[in-house]
Amino acid sequence: MLVLDTVSYRYAGAAGDAVTKISLDLRDQEVVGLVGANESGKSTVCLVASGLAPRAIGGVLGGRVLIDGADVAGRPIHELVGTVGICFQNPETQLSGVTETVFEEVAFGPANLGIDRDELVRRTGEALETLGIQGLARRDPRRLSGGQMQLVALAGLLALQPRYLVLDEPTAQLDPAGTRLVGEALQALAQRGSAILIAEHKTDLLAGLCGRIAVLQRGELAMLGGAQEVLADDRLEGLGIAAPVQGRLQRRIDALGLAATSIAPEPGR
Amino acid sequence: MNEPGPEGPLEAPRADSPYHRLNPLTKAVSATVTGIAALVLGGVIGPALLTLVAVIIPAAIAGVLRVLVRTTLLLSLPIGISAVLVNVFFFPAGRDVLLRVGPITATGEGLSLALEVLARILAISGAITLFYLTTRPSDFVADLEHRGVSSRLAFVANASAQTVPQMLERAGSIVAAQRARGLDTEGSIVRRLRALPPLVGPVILGTLGEVEERTMALEARGFSRPGRRTLLRIPADSGVQRLTRWLLVGGLSVLAASRILGVPG
Repeated sequence: MLVLDTVSYRYAGAAGDAVTKISLDLRDQEVVGLVGANESGKSTVCLVASGLAPRAIGGVLGGRVLIDGADVAGRPIHELVGTVGICFQNPETQLSGVTETVFEEVAFGPANLGIDRDELVRRTGEALETLGIQGLARRDPRRLSGGQMQLVALAGLLALQPRYLVLDEPTAQLDPAGTRLVGEALQALAQRGSAILIAEHKTDLLAGLCGRIAVLQRGELAMLGGAQEVLADDRLEGLGIAAPVQGRLQRRIDALGLAATSIAPEPGR
Repeated sequence: MNEPGPEGPLEAPRADSPYHRLNPLTKAVSATVTGIAALVLGGVIGPALLTLVAVIIPAAIAGVLRVLVRTTLLLSLPIGISAVLVNVFFFPAGRDVLLRVGPITATGEGLSLALEVLARILAISGAITLFYLTTRPSDFVADLEHRGVSSRLAFVANASAQTVPQMLERAGSIVAAQRARGLDTEGSIVRRLRALPPLVGPVILGTLGEVEERTMALEARGFSRPGRRTLLRIPADSGVQRLTRWLLVGGLSVLAASRILGVPG
């Protein structure tokens, strides 16, 4: 289990904490959503959970980050990559920039770990297959669509075989087609039992994906509970979060006193 | 250019020829030796013959002759033209006057020196272009890593080589975006210079802005781990190529020594 235990974090040179006393856990085979308005601290929680803050970017960390009960403070980042992997918003900046094929790009991470070559090829092929992008293996990663590029970044993460995936708004810079592509891949990962912490504005995506959802407000944990319960909470809009379309529609139907069946779309439409 | 040839399942489609298939280090040594030898040889005939043997013929074998000629001329022309002008018209010890235009005199000595300089420039840029056209950066880097060069150093070299086209692409997008917003990027030099700041600023700031996220993404993929990386493929090498490399380096050393010692040749 990955645990953030009363975690506070202040960026280097910042006057105040970006997140304050956040306590959150990610159990094995669980998907936890992280929502909140801009600047609410979602990305910071992702950086702390992945171990990049403060190791890679400096700053001051308060509280503890535990993996299976052991504090990971002081462990170098390269020791954590096989345990926690992180995927960022911008697919382009996640490419190494030095590879000429998707296969090489996905293999870049595990190659850094110095694993056996056959194992490297096996892991890379498996990651591509998991996300259904074997067909892209020989394509130039810089010539893909945003959604495809994000899937390649995700495959690069999977090839490292981390137990916990931390995804920081993986669809934020994608068009609807790209969002659908990544959303389907995340569904497949969740069904395979991957443990995922996902920060996301698109609550429709989270509704069908997460078991629990945490809501952040100005760096503090405002709500934490079952996904259905949190996403149906009336306070969401006040926190700057748009509830899923289905929930908003239901509330509107209820307010108008209509029967839901009267406007339900016909199957297949 | 040749049609894409047979590749392994992990490799990108690429042109294929016996020259393409040479080990990247062999091609790098050949390019380096050609460039230095052109400088050492002097004259016009030596560098011209060298260019024919070490650049033109291999380029023809590799099927890249046309693109090589075009790229080499593009690379060489700015510096070549200025070198010719300076040497032809401003050669201080020139006595054989070919042409006089006001206070400027073109001399025969200046012309022959200009041709020498031009021959060297063409040999050097041709050799570099041939290497670039027939070698994938990732192959060269993998080969260097295999020979013990630090993977970080190899990454920096590779990333630097690949950053240029990426920045050009970004610049193209920004130029298009700024044009769409009414910025005039064509016309007189003054007008073009005036259009530069709104174009250069976003290119540089955008690139710098991505550095932190790119660095974090690399860290998250184990880039900082000490020790050797696993190489997905190692470019093939052979005893003949090893011998050829040593012969090229040895030959260059003999040539340089003979020039320094003044041995006629």
